Amino acid sequence: MAGYNETEFLICLASKLMEDKTTAFVGTGIPMLAAALAKRLHAPELVSIFEFGGTGASLEELPLGVGDSRTFHKAVAASGICDMMETAQRGFIEYGFLGGAQIDAYGNLNTTVIGKYWPPKVRLPGSGGANDVGSHCWRTIIIMRQHDVKRFVPEVDFVTTPGYLSGPGAREAAGLPPGTGPYRVVTNLALMDFEPESKRMRLIAVHPGVTKEQVIEGTGFELLVADKVGTNPEPTEQELKLLREEIDPEGYYI
Amino acid sequence: MEVIESGIGELFQSPDPDGFREFVRTKKNTGMVDKLMSEHDAVARFVNDGDYIGTELYGTVRAPMSLVRELVRQGKKHLRVAGQGIHEIDLMLAADLVDTLDITYVAWEVYGISACLRRAVESGRVRTADWSNGGITWRFKAAAMGVPFIPVRSMLGTDTFKYSAAKVVKDPFTGHPICLIPALFMDVGLIHVHRADKYGNCQVEGISGFAQEMARACKRLIVSAEEIIPTDEIRKYPERTAIPYYLVDAVVEAKYGSHPGEMCYRYWRDGEHLQQFLKDSKDTDKVKAYLDKWVYGCKNHAEYVALVGTGRLTQLEAEIGGR
Repeated sequence: MAGYNETEFLICLASKLMEDKTTAFVGTGIPMLAAALAKRLHAPELVSIFEFGGTGASLEELPLGVGDSRTFHKAVAASGICDMMETAQRGFIEYGFLGGAQIDAYGNLNTTVIGKYWPPKVRLPGSGGANDVGSHCWRTIIIMRQHDVKRFVPEVDFVTTPGYLSGPGAREAAGLPPGTGPYRVVTNLALMDFEPESKRMRLIAVHPGVTKEQVIEGTGFELLVADKVGTNPEPTEQELKLLREEIDPEGYYI
Repeated sequence: MEVIESGIGELFQSPDPDGFREFVRTKKNTGMVDKLMSEHDAVARFVNDGDYIGTELYGTVRAPMSLVRELVRQGKKHLRVAGQGIHEIDLMLAADLVDTLDITYVAWEVYGISACLRRAVESGRVRTADWSNGGITWRFKAAAMGVPFIPVRSMLGTDTFKYSAAKVVKDPFTGHPICLIPALFMDVGLIHVHRADKYGNCQVEGISGFAQEMARACKRLIVSAEEIIPTDEIRKYPERTAIPYYLVDAVVEAKYGSHPGEMCYRYWRDGEHLQQFLKDSKDTDKVKAYLDKWVYGCKNHAEYVALVGTGRLTQLEAEIGGR
């Protein structure tokens, strides 16, 4: 089908990754739209968790930040950041959403500096809640809007948020909760998972019209490729209509 | 306890629970005293050059913007700041008042990254130590508990840990590595709330952010409130008191005190104002012009409110969602 942009595709794909009756730690941008879309379609009982205290908001209106009043509009609870982070630390939060300026093969993310630590070439925002989300949520979904060798690098300049660190067993050895870690990477080209033995990123599906070779070329480290590489489903008319008319009618994000 | 690894970040404020207790005993007034004063007097009396400062919540949401503007107006210098913020941190950085930043996140969310932060840190003017958002808030919580540190499972295995001043130790109970984060006892906290009485009992609506932790983690606390209410109202709903009076040193009445950020159930964010600042902040002359107009050019919050204009503020009140 014609007539959708890359952001809309990303949102629809990320939305499908969340199951109903689960919890998701939601950050600014695409995750908010993905959660709002999931709630309207296949996951009406998905509970959104926002860092500064909103639990289970209706998401009728799109939040512009992780603490604004829409993050707790018609919510089941409005508490504070300690409660939310401690809820994640106790194992109650299934999905976490992350993004970054750089990512490596183990899903380690950089949102802190480009270049050396101080003074840096480029000072980025910092961890915010990302390190906590990546440490405690069971399954983290990483969204990278540009799949290229500048962003998919052999070594990130700074590990802001833990992926699988240096490989199998490294998270547990560092003291992070067992059974947690990156689950999927969604980009403008493809969908990746992490191969269970090596914990390295693996291509599992490409977007329509994108080749395996294009994805491999856009990745600055050796990308594993699944035996069967699928094709990601295009956004449906219904998804696009909801996104454009109900979820983000002002076009803040799409 | 065996220390496995120490972060190499600078500890800009060392945890001193006994010093804090001593301060509370000798300097805090637990009597019911009328603390209403102007923002000028509150900042002049309770903020000193070189202080360690915290602000709550953050830049676009229930932030103590009128107090921060006054802080900038008075030019308090060499500040050490806990950096979870947007517009409030940008103003302090733009006015060159900050020496060190315990940073977790300074940027503009949906709008983009902070040009003020980039200039200040990339030039080497401001020194940093990095923390996660949970990490820095738990540092307030440790201080609020009156203990020197608390164990958390964030930051482990990362450079966020390496460039913090935390430590990883072997947990004596489970034998696993655990991250100890040092309590952050601040000199001054600035918090904006919905309602307070003249003694400083405060009510907050909506999410509480980290108001309760920060209020309990600072030696001196300046509160600004949208509305000053009678103590009878406080006593009628005591469960609503997020910050009790004895934590508070100054109460400042500041309707629209969070502008250009939002205040839930009262007014929505002023998106145009925020985005104009962000645009201007990329140019040092333009950010100076912003400060001249909106901060130095106003004698006080009342003049700032007049400059924003009743029409605009009424519109923002109409735009905020209800319950």
